[in-house]
Amino acid sequence: MFEYAPAPESRSVVEIAPSYGLFIDGEFTSPAEGGTFKTVNPASEEVLAEVASAGSDDVDRAVAAARRAFGPWSALPGAERAKYLFRIARIIQERSRELAVLESLDNGKPIKESRDVDLPLVAAHFFYYAGWADKLAYAGFGPDPRPLGVAGQVIPWNFPLLMLAWKVAPALATGNTVVLKPAETTPLSALFFADVCRQADLPPGVVNIVTGAGDTGAYLVQHPDVNKVAFTGSTEVGRQIARSVAGTGKRLTLELGGKAANIVFDDAPIDQAVEGIVTGIFFNQGHVCCAGSRLLVQESVAEELLSSLKRRMATLRVGDPLDKNTDVGAINSAVQLARITELSEIGAAEGAERWSPACDLPDRGFWFAPTIFTGVTQAHRIAREEIFGPVLSVLTFRTPAEAVEKANNTPYGLSAGIWTEKGSRILAVADKLRAGVVWANTFNKFDPASPFGGYKESGYGREGGRHGLEAYLA
Amino acid sequence: MTATTPLGLSDLRSFLRGLPGVDKVGVESRAAALATRSVKASAKATAIDLAIRMVDLTTLEGADTPGKVRALCAKGMRPDPADPGCPPVAAICVYPAMVPVAAAALAGSGVRLASVATAFPSGQAPLEVKLADTRAAVAAGADEIDMVISRGAFLAGDYDRVFAEIVAVKEACGGAHLKVILETGELATYDNVRRASWLAMLAGADFIKTSTGKVAVNATLPITLVMLEAVRDFRERYGRQVGVKPAGGIRTTKDAIKYLVVINETAGDDWLDPDWFRFGASSLLNDLLMQRTKLTTGHYAGPDYFTLD
Repeated sequence: MFEYAPAPESRSVVEIAPSYGLFIDGEFTSPAEGGTFKTVNPASEEVLAEVASAGSDDVDRAVAAARRAFGPWSALPGAERAKYLFRIARIIQERSRELAVLESLDNGKPIKESRDVDLPLVAAHFFYYAGWADKLAYAGFGPDPRPLGVAGQVIPWNFPLLMLAWKVAPALATGNTVVLKPAETTPLSALFFADVCRQADLPPGVVNIVTGAGDTGAYLVQHPDVNKVAFTGSTEVGRQIARSVAGTGKRLTLELGGKAANIVFDDAPIDQAVEGIVTGIFFNQGHVCCAGSRLLVQESVAEELLSSLKRRMATLRVGDPLDKNTDVGAINSAVQLARITELSEIGAAEGAERWSPACDLPDRGFWFAPTIFTGVTQAHRIAREEIFGPVLSVLTFRTPAEAVEKANNTPYGLSAGIWTEKGSRILAVADKLRAGVVWANTFNKFDPASPFGGYKESGYGREGGRHGLEAYLA
Repeated sequence: MTATTPLGLSDLRSFLRGLPGVDKVGVESRAAALATRSVKASAKATAIDLAIRMVDLTTLEGADTPGKVRALCAKGMRPDPADPGCPPVAAICVYPAMVPVAAAALAGSGVRLASVATAFPSGQAPLEVKLADTRAAVAAGADEIDMVISRGAFLAGDYDRVFAEIVAVKEACGGAHLKVILETGELATYDNVRRASWLAMLAGADFIKTSTGKVAVNATLPITLVMLEAVRDFRERYGRQVGVKPAGGIRTTKDAIKYLVVINETAGDDWLDPDWFRFGASSLLNDLLMQRTKLTTGHYAGPDYFTLD
């Protein structure tokens, strides 16, 4: 075997402060009540920094700062707002190496993903929405669409900076101001972004970042002076948020969980389908709401496909997220690892056959080997519940109609994949799938111009593209 | 004529058409992803020596003379005269007319002698001429024959003819190893590359080779990836291992290492060996030597510190 020597990206390219305050009104400030929490590197359990925990007074201050900034910011001509967004995009590109390392340290994702996927997409989102800022009158939402006011945004830990970009870029382009709460386990890239805002001379208060756990998020979404709530995360929390904003007149978009079907027909390009399955479920350790976590494979090619898949999985390199050759990094937290472990044990107990390639997992940190379950049926919990980890459930089908039926038989509807060399089948099946995104002969491809969002329990509203503007305009 | 192989295949056309398709976007993105592997330090040193041992050092010019060929052979046997630890290349590859010269120069060295044949590079000659070309090269001492397929016949859908030609050339080779050049740049699609690979293997090829080096598009990483998948799947199905040789356009160490990574993560270990993988190249060797010296000494030496081919 041709062993690659370790090729670690240098962690010294980015400076991490021992502690961080809240970014309110253009300044880092201490929280009123003085609480802090620690953020750790999930690959080593080493503490990276202490981060302030925002209480309700802090959220008040942040919302008030955003409110003050809203008037002048929304009064700026679109072309002027665009200049700030273009500047932010360029700074992100210039500092992308720092940000990529920081993201991998705090999140556990492999550096090749933060470097080649997350950061380029983050910059692309800011560039894309910068382009819309002076063209809102032509976006199809009336001749003079108006911003909503203060947007309270709560984002998850799986793509910390990318989810920030999805939220912040359209909000600012449309003239809203923002209070954003990053996830408790991954606050560092958002705090770095605060510095990017200052570097771009963004007026104080336009972007405010309050760190903390669920309580902080609850204060934010329930704050009476917030006009718009945008949330990406679990369906369970999404439900609570929907309840809490019901009847308040706040606008709401939710981007929640998923249990996507990746459907492989017998006439698929097998080698590329295997790559797509791997990308679909092992990209970002499976911490992807649109992950292809249910493989539906036509029974006539199931055996061949699975043997190819297993062979391919044996080449996955699990380990140090900062090593440039790592394919699968660390699970983001002990809590998430426990959930993945629990659901996997349930899968085995319910009679599905579990398989993982031989791989050495590091002693410290949170790790889970890439895993597939075969012999899964619609009745298994691992076929119904979102695992949010590197665990694939394999089901089979006999006919296209059965594939569609099984794919749609889920409370979720975020994404789906179709693999076939037959163009007419792609169109026919895509038309019947109830999922916000349907990929054909590819998977987990993102572009700022393409809207993203779900059906059913996967949420409502769309982010990205022209559609993504609508959520921030009246 | 219906092709009947030792494998009991009776309908070549429907077999080849029944192979799974290749998705262009997918295979190119997979190759691009593998090309980002970072191979450093000890892994790089191992890779460079392996790549040197895999080089088919080639000269295929109208202007080739005995003097040029002898110089090339000397270079192939001792690529770095200053370092006895530097391995020799796998083979020297020349036109049939130059085989006697090369055979004399390489005698006893362990470096193999390959010759193109079968009306290289176009293949547009009658079968008898191709066979005579092959026999002459083998008789003059070639250990390996690099034949070209009739792309015209393949593109016209006359798979049986291509198959029969390969079978005939293989027979004419006797004990010499047969490398079958698909000229993938002229086959144009990945689906065709996969079909031609299977066709050549079914007909008895010992190696499948991408290109002559004489057309606009020669070896590329995704094409080689498709061919490596083909040899992997062929062995799984029929139990016979076939080698792969990308040729043309591979000029740098960086490129060569990308190919080694693709072998490593596609066909696997068994192909990481000069018996099963070759680079058809000329200028690649000096870049490998330059990087090898850099790794040992820590600094780059100028081009005059490496010998001319």
